[in-house]
Amino acid sequence: MIAAVLTIAIMATLFGLILGYSAIRFRVEGDPIADQIDSLLPQTQCGQCGFAGCRPYAEAMAAGEAQINRCPPGGEATMIALAELLGRDPVPLEDVEAAEKPKSVAYIVEEECIGCTLCIQACPVDAIMGAAKQMHTVIVDECTGCELCLPPCPVECIHMHPLETTPLTWRWPFPARTGSEGAHG
Amino acid sequence: MAEQRKLWPFHGGLHLDDHKAESNASPVRSVALPRRLILPLQQHIGQRAEPVVSVGDAVRKGQLIAQATDYVSASIHAPSSGRVVEIGAAPIPHPSGLSDTCIVIETDGLDSWDELPAAMPDYRNADAADLRERIRWAGIVGLGGAAFPTAVKVNTSGQRPIDTLVINAAECEPYITCDDVLMREQAADVIDGIDILSHLIGARECLIGIEDNKPEAAEALRRAIAGRASGHDDRPIEVVVVPTLYPSGGEKQLILLLTGREVPSHGLPAAVGVLCQNVATVVAVADAVLRGRPLIERIVTVTGGGAKQPGNLRVAIGTPIDFLIAQAGGYSTHINQLILGGPMMGFGLRSDKVPLTKATNCLLAASRTETPNSQPERPCIRCGECARVCPAQLLPQHLYWHARARDFDKAQEYNLFDCIECGCCAYVCPAHIPLVAYYRFAKTEIWAQERDRDKSDLARRRHEARVARLERLEQERKARLRQKKEALDSKSGKTGAGDAKKAAIEAAMQRVAAKKAAQQVESGTE
Amino acid sequence: MQFSISSSPHQSGQQSVTRVMGLVLLALVPGTLAMFWYFGWGPIINLGIATATAVAAEAAVLHLRGRAIGVTLIDLSAVVTAWLLALALPPLLPWWQTAMGSVFAIVVVKQLFGGIGHNPFNPAMAGYVLLLVSFPVTMTRWLPPDVVSGSALSLADSLHIIFSGTPPLGQTWDAISSATPLDQMRTELSQNRMIGEIRQSPLWGDFGGRGWEWIGNWYLLGGLFLIWRRVIGWRIPASMLAGLVLIAGLFWAIDPDTHPFPAFHLFSGGAILGAFFIATDPVSASTTPRGQLIYGALIGLLVFVIRTWGGYPDAVAFAVLLMNMAAPTIDHYTQPRIFGQRGRGDA
Repeated sequence: MIAAVLTIAIMATLFGLILGYSAIRFRVEGDPIADQIDSLLPQTQCGQCGFAGCRPYAEAMAAGEAQINRCPPGGEATMIALAELLGRDPVPLEDVEAAEKPKSVAYIVEEECIGCTLCIQACPVDAIMGAAKQMHTVIVDECTGCELCLPPCPVECIHMHPLETTPLTWRWPFPARTGSEGAHG
Repeated sequence: MAEQRKLWPFHGGLHLDDHKAESNASPVRSVALPRRLILPLQQHIGQRAEPVVSVGDAVRKGQLIAQATDYVSASIHAPSSGRVVEIGAAPIPHPSGLSDTCIVIETDGLDSWDELPAAMPDYRNADAADLRERIRWAGIVGLGGAAFPTAVKVNTSGQRPIDTLVINAAECEPYITCDDVLMREQAADVIDGIDILSHLIGARECLIGIEDNKPEAAEALRRAIAGRASGHDDRPIEVVVVPTLYPSGGEKQLILLLTGREVPSHGLPAAVGVLCQNVATVVAVADAVLRGRPLIERIVTVTGGGAKQPGNLRVAIGTPIDFLIAQAGGYSTHINQLILGGPMMGFGLRSDKVPLTKATNCLLAASRTETPNSQPERPCIRCGECARVCPAQLLPQHLYWHARARDFDKAQEYNLFDCIECGCCAYVCPAHIPLVAYYRFAKTEIWAQERDRDKSDLARRRHEARVARLERLEQERKARLRQKKEALDSKSGKTGAGDAKKAAIEAAMQRVAAKKAAQQVESGTE
Repeated sequence: MQFSISSSPHQSGQQSVTRVMGLVLLALVPGTLAMFWYFGWGPIINLGIATATAVAAEAAVLHLRGRAIGVTLIDLSAVVTAWLLALALPPLLPWWQTAMGSVFAIVVVKQLFGGIGHNPFNPAMAGYVLLLVSFPVTMTRWLPPDVVSGSALSLADSLHIIFSGTPPLGQTWDAISSATPLDQMRTELSQNRMIGEIRQSPLWGDFGGRGWEWIGNWYLLGGLFLIWRRVIGWRIPASMLAGLVLIAGLFWAIDPDTHPFPAFHLFSGGAILGAFFIATDPVSASTTPRGQLIYGALIGLLVFVIRTWGGYPDAVAFAVLLMNMAAPTIDHYTQPRIFGQRGRGDA
């Protein structure tokens, strides 16, 4: 009886030591979870999730304080990727309508612009060039299409233009299944 | 006949009906000049060219009209004289059927040449950089269909030395015969071009790989080699006849076949000391170096049961395809599909109102019997026939499952990007699965994801920079305020401090109010 | 002018699933005729019952799943499954058992997994095993080959037995039925008899079971035809038979008194049929070249192991089903070297 107890106790101590040692020795310096979440978000910085940008939303999700379905620009693909990363169940998107909007970039009607710089202050990625009393313009390649510049504009000269498909960005469609057992797999 | 050289067969491949006889019986015909030439700015892999002419400008034949903008880019020249009438979006020959920026030239019919750069008959004593610059100026791209800028490809400095130049004259795809007739008619130009390239890259020998269904072309090349001016130090050139087996003209397949060297997956032929060039590209190089001519025309095969007079035509680049077909005799009543390229790798055109580009080697006006409508797709039975014919030794059925399930990471694990889209797997599939269509879908999806990722990384960096900047500004503002306050405090420390402070605040508030009012007035009037 | 478009390649070969399955059926004909020659009408009647029920079951399930029936039935895969099952069944099996195996194979093993191309197990063998574990008595009640007993049952007798489940008037099961050679080998070995003594039995032919050895040869002919027509590859049949012969030869060399010689293993049961027609079912087999060699060899090994130490006289069905389960894992670890990749072993 005593022998058995002793054996178990010794084994427990031994394994405990091994575990403790390996926890220190083989510690994984992985990305903190918020970084991993942040890397999945589309970085539009649009605030449609109710946070002040992608990073705060990522941190809120990491802390378990926010749902994973609040990113319309990321759409369903992002939601599913988040669900996989966080081991949560996929949930329908909160704002399906916003998610289905085509990707767009802001465009300033330069004749109408008064050079008030309000949109420059609103742009989260510094994608608008211009100075006070000077006409502004959007750097198309850097615009995320977040629409945050639209409300501050006093003359409503900023419009969203859907991104057009060019031969370089065109994608081959998913092959149409002509067979009868269509919905397989 | 030369003694048989040892060949290293590649895996898989298909024996196809070659359908070459329809178009290679007659010599190359020249085509009349169209009224309008349409020149897309992107006819090559890499950055699009930048126009150097404006609407209304008169241009002459051979004049530079769009400049290469980057290292990997290709210049475009006016194929004939006339006037630039438009620079804007026009439909281009692309599987998407989309439009892209083109320069449209209205020809004047005079076909008068611009001043051309001097010929370089003494290229053997020329600097390699000058030769490359000439090739780059001429806007030469791979004419076998890939359209990769040749000047970039022949710049082998910094890589391991190239000992073998492989010339791709296999023309393995059915129906296409433009290289065949080119070799028959311009064998001497082919050999000149090879000598230039061999000299440029310092190759020890050159192997011309040609399928055994082109005996006349092979013979013409052999005669041209034998008739080379003797006495100079040119490297040996050998015509190697290979069995007709599709796709022996795949770059990596041909290099293996001729040299036994396997180009590494994701690697370039330079990694095994080989440079591979299409035979038509070589002729374009000879034109540029020996005659100072840019790439403004090419030979294109018009063939198929839907064409009234199949054959090969010498055509100005930018010629509208409908005009070209009309010149070639027009469509027969059997026309079903118009395919740009061959039946195995070409793509269907929705409309023939698109221009011919540098990369266009064949127009296949196919009848219904030649390209029957695809049969209904059935579930994969894993028979493995696709893997048996795959020249890249992939497992096509696994690629298909993962592509169909949109599991793109897995598809890449199974080496999706080593697929050369030769179409062998889809050709033999008993379940009639359009396998290549699935691979193309997966590839373009992966590229789109990469673009999105790049874009979001950029946005993240810019956002972080902005947040940091705003924070810094805020800190600086606070620091300034503190300094001011301290200065004020120390100045008015003894005298009536309270009054001075109050006055300062009041003045500041007044300034702010005035500014706000002014702003409101301003925005109200606009 | 506007044209229709499609993705390349714009041409295709002559292959189709129907043609592949048709060639398999054609290759089964010699073996089937041999079965008829030695065992009479039973196998032919089984064939009819199995085919009719398989096709009906497939049509019914497709209808329930809301799929087009015609295009799927025309691929002949249900007929192939029915034939393979029928050829594995005892000649005088009660009709409803045949029908049950066939319906199980099609409905549960094939269609419930998604239909052709999606079944992880070979449907015919799964149906066979279901019957074998459910009806051990009828499933082991074979006939002696006709060349041995010389008394063929007439068509009427066969129909009577199959549809009534009882022997014809005045006859008993003992009089008309017989064990298979494999079964007999097993029983007698367990009674500590030597191979030499067992081989005196009239059930033995020149190198396998009498009759069985020739049926095996005819299947072999069909199998070689399939390899020639590139319907199946050589790897699975070759490695399976090699695996079986090697292990059987090893034990025979050690102790020839209690282990039958290797040819007996090849030509007395379903080994040949299994090697060329069942293990090669592409849907449930391994797909990589090296994987197929491993897959086949392990089936051969399992056949010997189950026959020698297992609870059933023949083992092809169990061996195939077990290896079906292992096929995805084998595939995963036997990826071939692709063009331009070095140092990952040769395919």
